[in-house]
Amino acid sequence: MRFGIVVFPGSNCDADVAHVVGTVLGQDWRYVWHGDRDLAGLDCVVLPGGFAYGDYLRAGAIARFSPVMDAVAAYGARGGPVLGICNGFQILVEAGLLPGALLRNGSLTFRSTWTDLIVEDNNTPFTRLYRPGQHVRMPIAHGEGRYVLAEQNSVRPVFRYRDNPNGSMEDIAGIANMAGNVVGLMPHPERCAEAALGGVDGRTLFESIVRSVVLT
Amino acid sequence: MIGSPPPLLDLLALSTDEYALIVERLGREPTEVELGMFGSMWSEHCGYKNSRPLLKLFPTSAPWVLQGPGENAGVVDIGDGLAVALKMESHNHPSAVEPFQGAATGVGGIVRDIFTMGARPIAILDALRFGPLDSSRNRHLFHGVVHGISSYGNCIGVPTVGGDIAFASCYNGNPVVNAMAVGVMPHARITRARASGIGSALILVGSDTGRDGIHGASGLASRELSEEREDQRPTVQVGNPFLEKLLIEACLGVLDERAAYVVGLQDLGAAGITSAAVELAARGGVGVEIDVSLVPRRESGMTAYDVMLSESQERMLLVVRAGAEAQAMAFFQKWGLTSAVIGRVTDDGRVRVHDVVQVHCDVPAHLLADAPTYRRTGVRPPHCDRLAAIDLGALPAESDCGAALRALLAHPNIACKRLVYSQYDHSVQTNTLLGPGDGDAAVLRIKGTDRAIALAADCVARYCYLEPYQGGAIAIAEVCRNVASVGARPLAITDCLNFGNPERPEIYYQLEQCIRGMADACRALGVPVVSGNVSLYNETAGQAVYPTPMVGAIGLMTDAENRMGAAFREDRDIIALLGDGEECLGGSLYLEVRQGLTGGRLPALDLEAEARLHRLLHAVAQARILHSCHDVSEGGLGVALAESAILGGRGARVQLQSGAERREVGLFAEGQSRAVVSLAEDDWEALRGLAAREDVACRRIGVVGGDRLIVEGAIDEAIEHLTEIWRNGLGRAAAGIESVA
Repeated sequence: MRFGIVVFPGSNCDADVAHVVGTVLGQDWRYVWHGDRDLAGLDCVVLPGGFAYGDYLRAGAIARFSPVMDAVAAYGARGGPVLGICNGFQILVEAGLLPGALLRNGSLTFRSTWTDLIVEDNNTPFTRLYRPGQHVRMPIAHGEGRYVLAEQNSVRPVFRYRDNPNGSMEDIAGIANMAGNVVGLMPHPERCAEAALGGVDGRTLFESIVRSVVLT
Repeated sequence: MIGSPPPLLDLLALSTDEYALIVERLGREPTEVELGMFGSMWSEHCGYKNSRPLLKLFPTSAPWVLQGPGENAGVVDIGDGLAVALKMESHNHPSAVEPFQGAATGVGGIVRDIFTMGARPIAILDALRFGPLDSSRNRHLFHGVVHGISSYGNCIGVPTVGGDIAFASCYNGNPVVNAMAVGVMPHARITRARASGIGSALILVGSDTGRDGIHGASGLASRELSEEREDQRPTVQVGNPFLEKLLIEACLGVLDERAAYVVGLQDLGAAGITSAAVELAARGGVGVEIDVSLVPRRESGMTAYDVMLSESQERMLLVVRAGAEAQAMAFFQKWGLTSAVIGRVTDDGRVRVHDVVQVHCDVPAHLLADAPTYRRTGVRPPHCDRLAAIDLGALPAESDCGAALRALLAHPNIACKRLVYSQYDHSVQTNTLLGPGDGDAAVLRIKGTDRAIALAADCVARYCYLEPYQGGAIAIAEVCRNVASVGARPLAITDCLNFGNPERPEIYYQLEQCIRGMADACRALGVPVVSGNVSLYNETAGQAVYPTPMVGAIGLMTDAENRMGAAFREDRDIIALLGDGEECLGGSLYLEVRQGLTGGRLPALDLEAEARLHRLLHAVAQARILHSCHDVSEGGLGVALAESAILGGRGARVQLQSGAERREVGLFAEGQSRAVVSLAEDDWEALRGLAAREDVACRRIGVVGGDRLIVEGAIDEAIEHLTEIWRNGLGRAAAGIESVA
């Protein structure tokens, strides 16, 4: 299968995602420049972590206006699998592809550490190989990861923190849209896909999407 | 007869003698712009006036050194056609005036030095010194600096993987903020900062030029801090990490272009366009001509003087072959970066600056580049002999070694630094195999190979204060021991020499002796110094910081799987002590914490023994027989054992050598050239064999297991309790809470 990895000015986990899908999983991939609108031939689109546009104003607030985002919205609306990791999650939320908002951490500081998570929902193409309720470990590295949602809206949590590091509502670490094909999470699965890096729980997420695409 | 020197002189920190020298060499009085340029280039910060003759003492070559000192960074070969660039630099005075921006732009500057060489930045380390955290001013500096490093490093996507933090009252008001950056590149991409090709274009890329940072190099970085310097906040620059990230990608991209039209690359740091242009010309043996009217500006009304001396951040100067300008500028356009041709390379060796037609500077490049140097005569500070002569035997014996251990673990110099490193992204780029807190050095894999590099930064400045020569030697020995302890072979050193005012004979003595000690240690251990920086005038109100020669080391592992962490891993493992460096409490943190004494004679350092220990550690790493390895440093054997136990979450039972009358000597003496290791019983004979072959003492001292750290006859403490004290020591201090250990 072929992954598309969107590169915004200021993305900094683009190469890390490419390493996992390409070198670790042996899949095909290409970068998609934020100014392009062409997602043809892609089986999955990933918005990687980083500081798109420096996260100036607010994380993801400027990146949502990049030309590629119209194409990503259309791709997601057609049911194409879209994954937003960390800054990518923030951009998906700012762009309205996922509900809610990501605010400054409760601690008011950037936090870079391993976190323990619970898989809440394995009925998405990105989580199908996890067991429901499975405990997994992934690193986080963010300053604006406190998930909030207005009361009248509903959300589909996919991952929850076991030891909430940022003050997120209901310990939410990652969510999906109602259809399940658009998933965003603050932890970094691409940083724990090889044993040498201290854990392989993130690899399952990428294997899940590969399995999903191959099966469809 | 020369006229009276202009009032500008004080702002520039040039002496009247130096002004006279400029007039003599030039054969006329300099223009205002020329004087500003001389002032910057001849500042201590850019010109190394006091340190250059001493820096020649360092060994700088080895078969694996591809670029020694003199460029933006040193470069070493790591095999497989790859090279690593490394450099360390200070941002002390900007951080004292404005800690957040001072530290942030320090990171930005050192990272630019790395990608200027053509290397992709893969790691940052920070070596920080502050006054004690019981002062709110010091807490403000500490939090501001950490936040500045965090916000800049995280944004550009370069992991901060290690460093060193310590506190002492000599840093009150004058913190030490040193940043080290490391990058990797194929040999073919090594790029140098020199101009060539008559008619080549000088293209300025990145941030528009503003009035920030004017006189940063001369007025701020090259003299003592005083109360009045508080009003120098405008000499501190403001960083834009997003722009830096774009510059990294654009510059590495343009160097990868097949056309190879980039002839040279230079970042703009201290003294801005002046220093970049002069260095490009002087290194290349050519001239340059710059029209300041072509420089994109942030504000109107800037003079030629402002433009030439601005230290606006995130700017690069490229030398591009004539005819390829449009191609290069189109590349930068893609990244949304402003670029402009601001001048040309000329054949007459002169630096010419004009504003459309008005000439502001016309000076041979070498005159600007060759700052005068000073060889001074040092005088040994009286405190060295006085403090070394203190009879430690006359001190009261330690009544409670457990309490002493707890006090040391809670001390901010030793306590867990998670409060700091949890604010740094240390896992981005997915190369960090051992990160902060995992081992004595960070270990990063080199993707596409089996190799890894080990990185550490360190300096016990207290030793340098007590005995500068030996302190300098220990700094090198210890940082190399750090990288050896994770299983790497030390390859090279980068340094940042932080000292007081060298015009004072006692400070000059410290500078010279530290350098001599470092140089001798480098020779004995076979590691060259490939890059570095000097920061002098670190004084406030006549009080100099401890001599602080911060050192960073890189080590190489041909197989990343050989790495060793510091945590005890298995119950029933044997604990062994490698090395038999002299156990003497002189200079120890224990004396300072428990006896209120900074003094005594330092333990001996046997450089041959140190080299043998490094060889042994490399051999055992390759044999993969150790489960943990942790060097003995501040806090001595007691703290080393406690740290391995805490990190592993398991206890240990240890017997000290019998005969020692004072338990605290065996526990807390900071004897050199030693490491605490753990391994399976089955591998003990193999370890003994290797130790015998390398002629390193190897003594079985205990066994891993249980939930207490027990040193027979001295310590019996629950690991859980020690962990709590160690984990929270820095946090308590940083919150202004007194230690409860």
